[in-house]
Amino acid sequence: MIQRKVTDFYECEAVTREHLAILSQLFFRLPEKQYVGFATLPNQVHRKSVKKGFDFTLMVAGESGMGKSTLVNSLFLTDLYKDRKLLNAEERINQTVEIIKHTVDIEEKGVKLKLTIVDTPGFGDAVNNNECWKPITDYIDQQFEQYFRDESGLNRKNIQDNRVHCCLYFIPPFGHGLRPVDVEFMKALHEKVNIIPLIAKADCLTPNEIKKLKDRIREEIDKFGIKVYQFPECDSDEDEEFKQLDKELKECTPFAVIGSNTVVEARGQRVRGRLYPWGIVEVENQSHCDFVKLRNMLIRSHMHDLKDVTCDVHYENYRAQCIQEMTSKLAQDNRMESPIPILPLSTPDVETEKLIKMKDEELKRMQEMLNKMQQQMHDKDQ
Amino acid sequence: MLVGFVFVCVPQNEEKRNLSLGGHVGFDSLPDQLVSKSVTQGFCFNILCVGETGIGKSTLMNTLFNTMFENEEASHYQNGVYLRPRTYDLQESNVHLKLTIVDTVGFGDQINKEDSYKPIVDYIDTQFENYLQEELKIKRSLFNYHDTRIHICLYFIAPTGHSLKSLDLVTMKKLDSKVNIIPIIAKADTISKSELHKFKIKIMSELVSNGVQIYQFPTDDEAVSEINASMNAHLPFAVVGSVEEVKVGNKTVRARQYPWGVVQVENESHCDFVKLREMLIRVNMEDLREQTHARHYELYRRCKLEEMGFKDTDPDSQPFSLQETYEAKRKEFLGDLQRKEEEMRQMFVNKVKETEAELKEKRERSLHDKFEQLKRMHQEEKRKVEEKRRDLEEEMNAFNRKKVAAETLSLSQPLKKDKDKKNRSVKTENQSAVSASSSKVMMAKANVEPLNCQSWWQAIQCCTCLVHNAAWKPGGLF
Repeated sequence: MIQRKVTDFYECEAVTREHLAILSQLFFRLPEKQYVGFATLPNQVHRKSVKKGFDFTLMVAGESGMGKSTLVNSLFLTDLYKDRKLLNAEERINQTVEIIKHTVDIEEKGVKLKLTIVDTPGFGDAVNNNECWKPITDYIDQQFEQYFRDESGLNRKNIQDNRVHCCLYFIPPFGHGLRPVDVEFMKALHEKVNIIPLIAKADCLTPNEIKKLKDRIREEIDKFGIKVYQFPECDSDEDEEFKQLDKELKECTPFAVIGSNTVVEARGQRVRGRLYPWGIVEVENQSHCDFVKLRNMLIRSHMHDLKDVTCDVHYENYRAQCIQEMTSKLAQDNRMESPIPILPLSTPDVETEKLIKMKDEELKRMQEMLNKMQQQMHDKDQ
Repeated sequence: MLVGFVFVCVPQNEEKRNLSLGGHVGFDSLPDQLVSKSVTQGFCFNILCVGETGIGKSTLMNTLFNTMFENEEASHYQNGVYLRPRTYDLQESNVHLKLTIVDTVGFGDQINKEDSYKPIVDYIDTQFENYLQEELKIKRSLFNYHDTRIHICLYFIAPTGHSLKSLDLVTMKKLDSKVNIIPIIAKADTISKSELHKFKIKIMSELVSNGVQIYQFPTDDEAVSEINASMNAHLPFAVVGSVEEVKVGNKTVRARQYPWGVVQVENESHCDFVKLREMLIRVNMEDLREQTHARHYELYRRCKLEEMGFKDTDPDSQPFSLQETYEAKRKEFLGDLQRKEEEMRQMFVNKVKETEAELKEKRERSLHDKFEQLKRMHQEEKRKVEEKRRDLEEEMNAFNRKKVAAETLSLSQPLKKDKDKKNRSVKTENQSAVSASSSKVMMAKANVEPLNCQSWWQAIQCCTCLVHNAAWKPGGLF
């Protein structure tokens, strides 16, 4: 209780103000007490991730001459393929597929990215391309296996993630849709890696032809049951514009892309493009090709989602399959040592089931024979 | 200074002299006569288009001949390569052209393309063969013959910008000795000028280094040698095909409309379509036909006849008649054929006999086995049935005995004495036993120990005393 002799009108006012201040503090302190502070979590995540840096592994696959290297250079605005030796046609008759990795460290606004591009020269180039995707699937499995071992090891501090996060598959624009080799490749890989099909060298197609080809390819992908990478659904509480963009993006697949590393002068500006006698194709012009959409999707919005799908879906599938194989093998071999704890399997042993089925069938057959003979004897007797 | 003398040996009787004419004779109209004859006859031209599905073969044909040949789009999923020839009758001014366009469907689509060239080579050979057959006929009508030999093969190269594909190289090597090949770069509106230049050089160097003979435009005729020579330097032609018309300036031209510009088909700075048309149709069509007949067909014919065993001169160095040898060969061949037929027939008959015998034996054996098996089963069943019958009889007997025993219970008292010991033992065993088990014991005893009784009456009595001393519960034996 403040007791004061009010001597003055002004003093009285001051006192009232003081009282009011104290009272207001009493009232306004309550919400302050309820503020916990975990709203800063995203900032912390951001800070930590910037410090840790990111990594991304991108695989490019397709016949030679589809513009893969040019597109990669255009996407990341660097020159990855400095000294490349291209083979002659003669040397390519019996070529086997190789796997070549290029790793670069690039940085933008303090964010570091360790980018690995896995190249597959020789794919589809030989005259006999039977199983030419085998080296590629083997490579992907190898990376999964290595990660699996590292993850199950004792020292897990510095695990290097070499798993392939995304595979860009280049479809030639010269045909009427997917070819058998495209279908076989995608079917061999769709359960191991995120496949993003692209229409390469799209500057040989008019807008109508592009539309027809895209529809055709989408139809054939459905027909053959190929599971390409699906963009995640956007939340229902996002604003309309975002949803519209998202829908456009989804309807645009497969992206028709053009790549270029040369800068040309168009409409008074210096842009990346290709110079023809009849005009200039601008790579970053949305009405010319879908390069911008691809770049935004791949780098600016969905890079992390691609990594997540690889970790959560493809890698987990591989891991589950691997463990099941191992346990069934252990059950057969009866070996005691294993570095991984054995999980109880819910499915019964496939072998015994088979035996049981066989025996059942045998019994049935014998029963039938017996019945027949009894019938015959019965007939004979009569 | 040495001067070389050239001696021309001319047989005595023939002397070529050049004479000058006194006036206009008129045989300078010979070419015109030839021309009018061929115009009445009509011309015939066969084009083979080899290239991947969707590379633009049909569109280019439509553009070249400025018409719409009906063509459905081919699918990518053919099992192999097959050739689809289509014949059309075209007319321009008063010149008739019988044009055959042969399309390769399914080329380059399979995963294993090692055999892709075979159907093409086979087709070309078949056309040569047909012509050869016609030529060798006794009654032949070559002037009326519809010549289906391929005069030109347009090989469509995909515009990758790097080099030839391995399939291209392999196929062209197989075709270069059988047909005139003109390689062209398809869909050339996807390669920029500088890339195109490098690409053309690379392709030509690869062809040369692998010894692929492509068609060279003839430079021996002065009227066209200059243009042909310059065109030879532009190979392979980079073409763009289109049947759609686009308005450019105040003209409507055939072109492809892109967001960034319009590619005009007939604009020489845009693509080499005009050059191709000139070379193929306007200048060298006749030369192509001649080359096909004089070089490729003759090569085929020579190889084929040599294969059949013909030579130009027989062992006695006398030029021999083709007909005689042909007849002799034919006879021999037919004789061979007949012999082989006989052999095969004989073999067939033998085989049939063998199989018959086998089958018969098998059938007999199987019937025999079956019979044995059935017999065994029958005996088995019989035995079982016998057993059952015996069991049933025993049961019946036992039951009857019990019945009788139960009826004659009162008579059993005096006979108790000599059976007491037995009974007591039984009793001690069965003190608390249920009737079933005691009866079983009785049965057992009945079966195991032969009753020391002479007559059935006594036997029954023994049993009845056993029955009497056991704990009998109403309600059943078993």
